Amino acid sequence: MTTTSDVPKAGFRPSQLIYDTRYRSLTIQVIAFIALMLGLSWLVSNTIANLSALGKDFDFGFLGQRAGYDINQRLVEYDSASSHGRAALVGILNTLLIAVLGCALATVVGVLAGVLRLSKNWIVANLMAVYVEGFRNIPVLLWILLIFALMTESTPQPRDFRDGGDAAMILGDSVAITNRGVFIPAPFWGAGAGILLAVFLVSLVGIYVWRRHAHKVQEQTGRILPIGWGTLGLLIVPTALAFLALSATTGRERLPVYAVGAEANMSLADFTAGPGAQGLNVCAVPGSTEALNLRRLMRAGEARFNLVPVADGAAAIAAAEAGRCNILSLPGGTDPATVPAGAVALSEDIARGLPVEFERPVLGGFNFEGGLQLRNSLIALWLALSLYTGAFIAENVRGGILSVSKGQTEAAFALGIKPSRTMRLVILPQALRVIIPPMISQYLNLTKNSSLAIAVGYMDVRSTLGGITINQTGKELEGMLLLGLFYLVTSLIISSAMNLYNSRVKLKER
Amino acid sequence: MSDTHAQTVSFVRESMIPQSPPPTGNRGAVLWLRENLFSGWLNILLTLVSLYVIWWALAHTMPWVFNGIWNAGSLSECREIRNATMGEGSSAACWAVLGDRWQQLMFGFYPRELYWRPVLALVIFLAAIAPVLFAQMPRRALWFTALSPFVMFWLLWGGSVWFPVSVGLGFVLGWAAWRALAPLAGNLVAVIVAALLPVIYWLYSAGPLARELEQAVALSIEYVPSQDFGGFMLSFIIGIAGIILSLPLGILLALGRQSDLFIINKISVGFIEIIRGVPLIVWLFTASLLLNYFLPPGTNFDLMLRVIIMVTLFAAAYIAEVVRGGLAALPKGQYEAADALGLDYWKAMRLIILPQALKISIPGIVNTFIGLFKDTTLVVFIGLFDPIGLSNAIRASVEWNGIYWELFVFIGLLFFICCFSMSRYSLYLEKKLQRGHK
Repeated sequence: MTTTSDVPKAGFRPSQLIYDTRYRSLTIQVIAFIALMLGLSWLVSNTIANLSALGKDFDFGFLGQRAGYDINQRLVEYDSASSHGRAALVGILNTLLIAVLGCALATVVGVLAGVLRLSKNWIVANLMAVYVEGFRNIPVLLWILLIFALMTESTPQPRDFRDGGDAAMILGDSVAITNRGVFIPAPFWGAGAGILLAVFLVSLVGIYVWRRHAHKVQEQTGRILPIGWGTLGLLIVPTALAFLALSATTGRERLPVYAVGAEANMSLADFTAGPGAQGLNVCAVPGSTEALNLRRLMRAGEARFNLVPVADGAAAIAAAEAGRCNILSLPGGTDPATVPAGAVALSEDIARGLPVEFERPVLGGFNFEGGLQLRNSLIALWLALSLYTGAFIAENVRGGILSVSKGQTEAAFALGIKPSRTMRLVILPQALRVIIPPMISQYLNLTKNSSLAIAVGYMDVRSTLGGITINQTGKELEGMLLLGLFYLVTSLIISSAMNLYNSRVKLKER
Repeated sequence: MSDTHAQTVSFVRESMIPQSPPPTGNRGAVLWLRENLFSGWLNILLTLVSLYVIWWALAHTMPWVFNGIWNAGSLSECREIRNATMGEGSSAACWAVLGDRWQQLMFGFYPRELYWRPVLALVIFLAAIAPVLFAQMPRRALWFTALSPFVMFWLLWGGSVWFPVSVGLGFVLGWAAWRALAPLAGNLVAVIVAALLPVIYWLYSAGPLARELEQAVALSIEYVPSQDFGGFMLSFIIGIAGIILSLPLGILLALGRQSDLFIINKISVGFIEIIRGVPLIVWLFTASLLLNYFLPPGTNFDLMLRVIIMVTLFAAAYIAEVVRGGLAALPKGQYEAADALGLDYWKAMRLIILPQALKISIPGIVNTFIGLFKDTTLVVFIGLFDPIGLSNAIRASVEWNGIYWELFVFIGLLFFICCFSMSRYSLYLEKKLQRGHK
């Protein structure tokens, strides 16, 4: 540094570009830049030559074309007439779904295993060590395949659930584990669901306010308010009260079932045998409790029917007038005057339904009907990724807790702080600083590993955009580019969140 | 105090009580059990739950494992034997599949009479890696390490011996150019020439030279095409090649990322982040679907080589991050001391910084290698026969249709043995290095 002051102020000579440290870095950078640009232009010109030799062009128009393939699991509306872009969106949502589910379960498993591995209990600690080493040292692909094989080969078929079969549903007949997937109760949102949600959100705000208030009181007066109980109470009580209140009011309401061409006070059985003999078409809003209760009524009457999905009451009336359905349920509060001509209320009526109701899966013809079907591909991928990543998280958690020196606990005890508060106020804040950054990079790994969905046929973004779409359109370059971009953006978002967190919890050195 | 006490109070005892052992409840196995397993209601609950879990797992797997049938030609034969000896529907593994197909799981479709070649290559690899891993070995053995990749390549693929020799000559050429030019034209020019010359040599004269030499002195063994490679041999080859090739690249990238030169820094950061942000499987598909687009029209080369290139780039990005951690962990004084000694950048790196930084990062590098080795199973998706691909192939045969668990157990066990011993090595190293710092 000091030598720069006595550099002679001579004119610039070209040899300085190499021998003078002031210019050499510039020379190296320019050479590197030129080499990079040459390399890139070589790649691009090769690509252009290859594309033109194959008669292909480079455009993303294929995203708007009709996809023409089905996706068995979708979170948004999609059918084979939708576009490739839509298929990619379905895949992206499926990838995000497995990533979120996986991260949640992996965190639970990992924290539990990490804490238990530090337990003084010899058996538990060693059991967890076996779990961690077993999962960390065997490829995740093998675990995915293994769990998938377990799900498909070792679980009963739906027909084994019939009377006389050797399989049974669990958890009070609400969950069925079959080789076609796990069937669980599906939620239906009824009247007042919006109010319920609003109450829940308000109680969340209430929790925030309560905690701030408690902190303030403690700082001003030293009095410790029951934060934990208050939070728990605020979380549960208002929502439960609202649920009960709504169930007692709108939930008790009965709604008439209208049938086109029925006589007054006709029963469903008579209607099915009489005017509706050529087939029952039911207009209902899918996913609503009215539709659920109507379906229960029809099932109880052993009536076979087709469901015509409509958006709301007005659409149901329009559909009935157009002759597309002969039975319809109208949402509560519909003006009786608007009921379409020829439609008469049957003698049976249905309950309007609780704010939220669960429909249990029931055994139908060859498979379970109703409820939510979690496919084996989803379950196998979810469990395998979570258990695999959980093993890594367990090691992070263990390392984080061990990194807090024992003197911290002893100091806290010496100050007379309770063990539970010591954990919450002294150990955890210090351990979390060590645990969280590697944990987030594990989340990142899980998200990237979700592309192994290919092994079990789960339709994630690699299978839709990077798989079937590429095969159908022949647009490898564009498809892979978009796929890579999606993963890259996801990774960058997650890692920038990590950096944000890191800079927030970093030890403030002054 | 105690003196006065002893004199004034007559009932204070003056002789020691003879020592007696602790009560039975407080020693030996009973004490250990009480402290470790039954110290409180939560602990008792945990013990009981985990005992139940262990019992449940063992009860479901052990009969299956130990009733296993080792002598059968097909799955149906296995089932017949099981039904005859143990009764219908009892649980028994069919280990016979391993006896029947273990060669495939280990070597893929490599010619049977040539199995000695990959085995010898593995032995050479272990001998070559020993001087790197264990400091007690003589330093001269590193020359053998430097030569071993060429020997291993020749043993695995076969063909003319002159091909690896002429490729190896490229490195000698580069080194000679650097030694000759450095005093004459300065370091920078020498490095650039030493980097360019071998590339030109490999592109234009390595092939013809090898052919000429082969015609002059024919020295070749049977050639084995890459399609015949498979099983654990393939995993090992991809994993080892990936890690050896990616190590220098990763170190360069790490240095680039730490560098003050703006463009070099940004190139390194971009490369590392792009590679790390995208899953390996997408890169493998890129290698199999897209690499032909990026190369001059008409070039078409081996899928396995493409995979090795992709895996190398992938591992290099991860190793760069590990090495960067090592570089960042060094105290700043080390850098300043190197500058104070008047060393230039490369000398400072070679003599002072990198030996220390690499030492710190060896556990991380081993972990990266474990991850890479596990990830070699992904090549099954682009049509290479790794162990999992071969297990699918075995399942597709008539004799072994429907066999799952036995193959999974075997593959999993082999991976576990390899990865677990590597992770133990990294732990051993971590402990050894920690002692050095204290």
